[in-house]
Amino acid sequence: MEATIADSQNKGTWTGGGNKPFDASYGKMMMWFFIMSDALTFSGFLGAYGLMRFKFLDSWPIADEVFTHIPFIHGNYPMYYVAFMTFVLIFSSVTMVLAVDAGKHMKQNKVVLYMFLTIIGGAIFLGSQAWEWKTFIKGSYGAVALNDGKIVQFVDETGHQITLESFKSSAPSERIQQTRSNGIWFQSEAALPSVSLQQVMEGFANHPELSLRTELINLDTKEKTIVSREEANKLLSKATHVVEGANLKENEYGKTLFADFFFFITGFHGFHVLSGILINIIIFFNVIVGTYQRRGHYEMVEKVGLYWHFVDLVWVFVFTFFYLI
Amino acid sequence: MSHTQSHTALIWKVFAFLSLVTIVEVILGISKPDFLYLTKVLGTSILNWIFLILTVVKAYGIAWYFMHLKDEKTWLRRAIVWPIVFFICYLAFFVLYEGGALGDILNEWTRWTY
Repeated sequence: MEATIADSQNKGTWTGGGNKPFDASYGKMMMWFFIMSDALTFSGFLGAYGLMRFKFLDSWPIADEVFTHIPFIHGNYPMYYVAFMTFVLIFSSVTMVLAVDAGKHMKQNKVVLYMFLTIIGGAIFLGSQAWEWKTFIKGSYGAVALNDGKIVQFVDETGHQITLESFKSSAPSERIQQTRSNGIWFQSEAALPSVSLQQVMEGFANHPELSLRTELINLDTKEKTIVSREEANKLLSKATHVVEGANLKENEYGKTLFADFFFFITGFHGFHVLSGILINIIIFFNVIVGTYQRRGHYEMVEKVGLYWHFVDLVWVFVFTFFYLI
Repeated sequence: MSHTQSHTALIWKVFAFLSLVTIVEVILGISKPDFLYLTKVLGTSILNWIFLILTVVKAYGIAWYFMHLKDEKTWLRRAIVWPIVFFICYLAFFVLYEGGALGDILNEWTRWTY
């Protein structure tokens, strides 16, 4: 018998065939395996982003020019808001690990407090991300799409981008938005851009100091190319429509793929945060009613903590690849 | 075993370290010094390499101390970390290499003048 059945009393090493070589419970192991597979999923997404980025290295939008907004403040502030979001998530990771630590010492009240703070942190992060999405969808300057899908943006004589609103002509708008109440009753369309193409064209002709910026990046200075006035007129003759903000089909900041990947990857991460918050809330109430106090250990808090830290870990990489690099 | 003693002091230290790294990243990301931003080393700018290294350092801090891989059995730790590191390096190398190749081919056919 002894030769064929593992001996649970055997405290042997890995090579000695110990019964639990990893010294981890089933639940914890499975959480780790799930995290590994999820990490590879995110790697796949970020890898796809990297592939497209290298493919369009000479025309990818510059993140610092895209995410420049802070709530309630006007102006050009790249990075600050997303740095705040990163801080919130790291801090909620700290409160989570403090909850795990308190759980090891069976301090129920402390676990309750730290779990609560973790949930609040997650909620703030999710709200910030919603605001970031809203700002990105709304756009900042507006641009014009050419007939091959490329985007051109408008700059003043100093090379700074300007809004379409600031130079448009007062030509009457071409038409009004078709809704179900003013056209065929079963047809409607998305909101029209606030500036019509005709107003942009006339405004551009009236302001000889303006010029255009194409998506093409000068790889030596890492800045987008500003074309001469006559080339700008040639480009504008190919204009098809005005683009304001970003969505899955077009993006005023340049490559639509940038918007697609941004929505998909931060959306997928945000979905992880959301499910993390929901799981945290369930565990939070379990802690309050004393489930783990009766069970004699807080391993459940530790497991949900692993998931929460993983969400933070993924954000560290998303932050780097979307905002920094 | 670590189950009896509290790690609170260590946790705050790790938090301070992660915050510091994030602040450095943000400062570099906003200021983008030209000599880091425009100098190319091994396929990308020095600044990008700094960001990548700092990111891996942050990931290490989170995984080792917050996810307490440090306290796990050596072979559980290795079973988790080695496959991840290996597969991600593998994936990143081929995907980025292919992306660059696609870009080189495509550039010949992309028109920027009309």
